[in-house]
Amino acid sequence: MKFGSGQSVRRLEDVRLVQGRGTYTDDIALPGMVHAVMLRSPLAHARILSIDAGEAAAQPGVLAVYTGADCDAAGLGDIPCTTSVRNADGSRVFVPARRPIATDRVRFVGDTVAMVVAETVEAARDAADLILVDYDELPAVTGTARAADPAAPVLYDAHGSNVVLDWELGDRAGTEAALERAAHVVALDLVNNRVVVASMEPRVAIGAFADGRYTLHTPSQGVHGLRDRLAGAVLKVPPETVRVLTPEVGGGFGMKSFVYPEQALVLFAAKALGRPVKWRGERADAFLTDTQGRDHVTRAELALDAEGRFLAVRVDTIANLGAYLSQFAPFIPTLAAGGMQVGVYDIPLIHQRVRGVLTNTTPIDAYRGAGRPEASYVIERLVDAAARETGIAPETLRERNFIAPDRFPYRTAYGSVMDSGEFARLLRTALARADQAGFAARQAGRAREGRLSGLGMAYYVERTAAGQEHARIRVLSDGTVRLHVGTQTNGQGHETALAQIVAERLGIDIERVQLAPGDSDALAEGNGTGGSRSLVMAGGAAGQAADAALEAGAALAARELQTERGALAYEAGVWTAPAGASIGLFDVAAIAARENPEAGGLGADAAFSAATNTFPNGAHVCEVVIDPETGVVEIARYTVVDDFGVVLNPLLVAGQVQGGVAQGLGQAMGEQAVYDPETGQLLTGSFMDYWLPRAGDLPDFDVTKQEVPCRTNPLGVKGCGEAGTVGACGAFVNAVLDALAPYGVRHVDMPVTPEKIWTLTGGRMP
Amino acid sequence: MPDFAYIRARTIAEAVEALSADPQARALSGGQTLIPSIKQRLAQPSALVDLGAIAALRGIAREEAHLRVGAGMRHAEVAADAGVRALAPGLAALAGLIGDPQVRNLGTLGGSIATNDPAADYPAACLALDAEIETSARRLPAEAFFTGFFETALAPGEIVTAVRFTCPRAGAYAKHRSPASGYALTGVFVALLEAGPRVAVTGAGPGVFRWAEAERRLAEGFTADALEGLVPPADDFLSDLHASAAYRAQLVAVMARRALAGAIAGSRG
Ligand SMILES: Cc1cc2nc3c(=O)[nH]c(=O)nc-3n(C[C@H](O)[C@H](O)[C@H](O)COP(=O)(O)OP(=O)(O)OC[C@H]3O[C@@H](n4cnc5c(N)ncnc54)[C@H](O)[C@@H]3O)c2cc1C
Repeated sequence: MKFGSGQSVRRLEDVRLVQGRGTYTDDIALPGMVHAVMLRSPLAHARILSIDAGEAAAQPGVLAVYTGADCDAAGLGDIPCTTSVRNADGSRVFVPARRPIATDRVRFVGDTVAMVVAETVEAARDAADLILVDYDELPAVTGTARAADPAAPVLYDAHGSNVVLDWELGDRAGTEAALERAAHVVALDLVNNRVVVASMEPRVAIGAFADGRYTLHTPSQGVHGLRDRLAGAVLKVPPETVRVLTPEVGGGFGMKSFVYPEQALVLFAAKALGRPVKWRGERADAFLTDTQGRDHVTRAELALDAEGRFLAVRVDTIANLGAYLSQFAPFIPTLAAGGMQVGVYDIPLIHQRVRGVLTNTTPIDAYRGAGRPEASYVIERLVDAAARETGIAPETLRERNFIAPDRFPYRTAYGSVMDSGEFARLLRTALARADQAGFAARQAGRAREGRLSGLGMAYYVERTAAGQEHARIRVLSDGTVRLHVGTQTNGQGHETALAQIVAERLGIDIERVQLAPGDSDALAEGNGTGGSRSLVMAGGAAGQAADAALEAGAALAARELQTERGALAYEAGVWTAPAGASIGLFDVAAIAARENPEAGGLGADAAFSAATNTFPNGAHVCEVVIDPETGVVEIARYTVVDDFGVVLNPLLVAGQVQGGVAQGLGQAMGEQAVYDPETGQLLTGSFMDYWLPRAGDLPDFDVTKQEVPCRTNPLGVKGCGEAGTVGACGAFVNAVLDALAPYGVRHVDMPVTPEKIWTLTGGRMP
Repeated sequence: MPDFAYIRARTIAEAVEALSADPQARALSGGQTLIPSIKQRLAQPSALVDLGAIAALRGIAREEAHLRVGAGMRHAEVAADAGVRALAPGLAALAGLIGDPQVRNLGTLGGSIATNDPAADYPAACLALDAEIETSARRLPAEAFFTGFFETALAPGEIVTAVRFTCPRAGAYAKHRSPASGYALTGVFVALLEAGPRVAVTGAGPGVFRWAEAERRLAEGFTADALEGLVPPADDFLSDLHASAAYRAQLVAVMARRALAGAIAGSRG
């Protein structure tokens, strides 16, 4: 079937995935493969006095037990944190050494203490139980604000403080002056709660070593970055001696972007033992050791003039980074969304300070939105608080301060240039679709039944990642087109979206285009999925590669048809000469394959660069109904109007928004990773204690779009992958606060659990 | 999973024999509680004695003023059973509120009450409907069966075979789920029996209990406003990650009022 841009093509991958025919890393079994189990620290903070693995190593079926000393002896490097972030005073961020296996000290519950490799998982597990570790327990610190307190226990004696990052952006003096002379200042203390990522597929790593080369099978968000960091930082070998392969991935959300100790360890063990080694995380491993998200405490202030115009924003955040600095940890609370607390408003001044602290908790890193949801939450909460305090309707106050459409390209106070946006139009559309006009009547009706209603909104803006991306196309004589890209599908539907782009360029059926799984050998470079960049970047590269393949094909076709290249017409996969003779794309591919067998057909490589980010944006409107007796909140309606520029596949986009909103609402309504403040134990270590929203907990979302084409990329698209998450928390909490306004409540922190609401309502209607 | 022997019992006697012969053996019913705990190595039984093929543990029968439900009946079966829906609609509704569809399609009445999880739903129905617990060795009233936090009166080798619930004149269950697990953060079963009203509370305390003060009020009049303003003292209630004792007390009050309203609305007079 022919499907091009703008059509709701159903996901090509779904039949395979839904029928269980997908190949995930856990489905791979290499000949002679053995199994690794990690012994995890049961303590949040302790010195390791001794490890006795003698009995474990002697168990039947056990091949080896490795500890930190073995990693040291093998010369393995640290699990890397790649950061370009600098402290405000110009100094470097303190990056503690994270060994693949802890050597002298453990710093969070779940820290790896030893690895057992055995013929079966059960044998490895049994043996791990026999390892004797003598710990000297140390006091732990888990709380974000508490960690910055000089009296708190310190994780790294060499650094002497848990504050490892102190970063600033913007105009400190100017912002301070604006706050001082402002007619009105709104201030809020906000918590952005810590969440677990909870990908459906856990982390897995299968390592093999043969002929001087390492091979790693693992779910990832991009094989090349992983290869380079594993090779360069940990294994200390040239990158070409490492091959990373990623088949289907069951969700990453940022978390699968990074190098993890287990990936390095299975490669190390595979080489040492001469057998492929597999580690598959259990759900308990995921709770304890997958990077987690968010965890900020923030003091935020917004200055307004007497007419309600925004003058300046000041934001002071402490960001919990966990026990070690994960790969992008310093980047997420700082540069990833630096200054985006101005939102979509014409605010000339911002000053932002971020202190990053280490705690005895699981490392924190990028989680869907990575900094933008946090920034959006700050400004959208501030704006609503300002509306309530000044008595101006929240939509009016927003409209008064939106960057007007005629101001683009618009340079923000934090330095980025936004290309386009029609914020007032989108907000009005969303409020109309949400039937804001009918809200008062609904509210009155429910009040008669003893239920509260609230309507809240948020206008979010995203900034998607830019950079470079690579693609390779091979038009094969068997009638298919094989596409390699340097991003990596994690289940978002890249197979479909990218096939749409290529099929349209080549004028062929979409089913003929097949996206190859991730393989660092198949393409020289790639930058992975993350920051909502794949369609813009990989789509751009794939389109270019398709065009280049057509160029090459046209030259061959002209030769075959004995005509001028310029005289050929191309349509629906066929070149036609003026005299009527014609030749098909795949026949040309067959000729190309014969003449140049090396290349395997007609093909081209392309590299696509985009220096500028895209700025997807939109309005979320949430209507809640609250039972004041129990505090239970029900979302009665949820309306989203997005501007993703030109939309390639509305169905895929709606899916991304639905999932993103669900994740955002999860954080706002109940998700929270809770650590015991004394012992540092993760109290929410399973789904029996950690709530994730289920389909039944959420209503159908009304998701529509208004296309304001992006002016800075050829497809006119704006990334959509994280947007839902960016807008949802603010809209939900604003709706709850609207409902609770009659009680005089002006603040509640996420997660807004029923019990919290009950303490605010006292169990009664106002 | 660690290794274990697997024994498929055909009769109650066979099951009792296998369990008595090996103190490390455990009965296996729906597996919804036992299998996860084996996987997490919280339990390491030497043998599992599967009760699933024992015909005598199956079936639902009306016995005069009672409903006899076999210990092997799955939650979904109880929820859907026409007899239960007609004679004890609150019990059918309760079974339909347990966990999620997967849990309801495998979990059983016997496994649930033998576990006596303080947040389980069935124990509330057992107390409110003055149930009699039939085991392989005896019959005992529910109040004597549930002895404490995850504790029952079952002796080693003894299995639950059936539960005989009293059909109430009116009765309903109201549950506030723990959002994560689906278990009862608080569940209250209000019933009007021939012998008088009963109010059983689960989830709030360390074990299921009858709320005497509420029963006293209802004895004065089984009317919609009978429980107005009544909140139990929170002193003995659980306080944990999911709810404070005070919030649980509030939920007991609210769920009791709602169960009462449900009971009156569905009353058979
Ligand atoms: C995700 C999830 C959500 C749940 N939500 C709820 C909920 O909302 N409400 C609720 O009440 N429960 C809930 N449960 C528990 C569920 O109801 C279980 O099915 C029940 O607790 C155990 O029943 P089972 O048949 O699965 O027993 P099994 O797991 O097979 O056995 C449990 C224990 O009982 C013993 N046992 C089993 N049968 C007998 C018998 N006949 N005589 C003596 N001992 C026996 C076993 O030896 C074992 O020790 C949930 C469980 C899960 C996994």
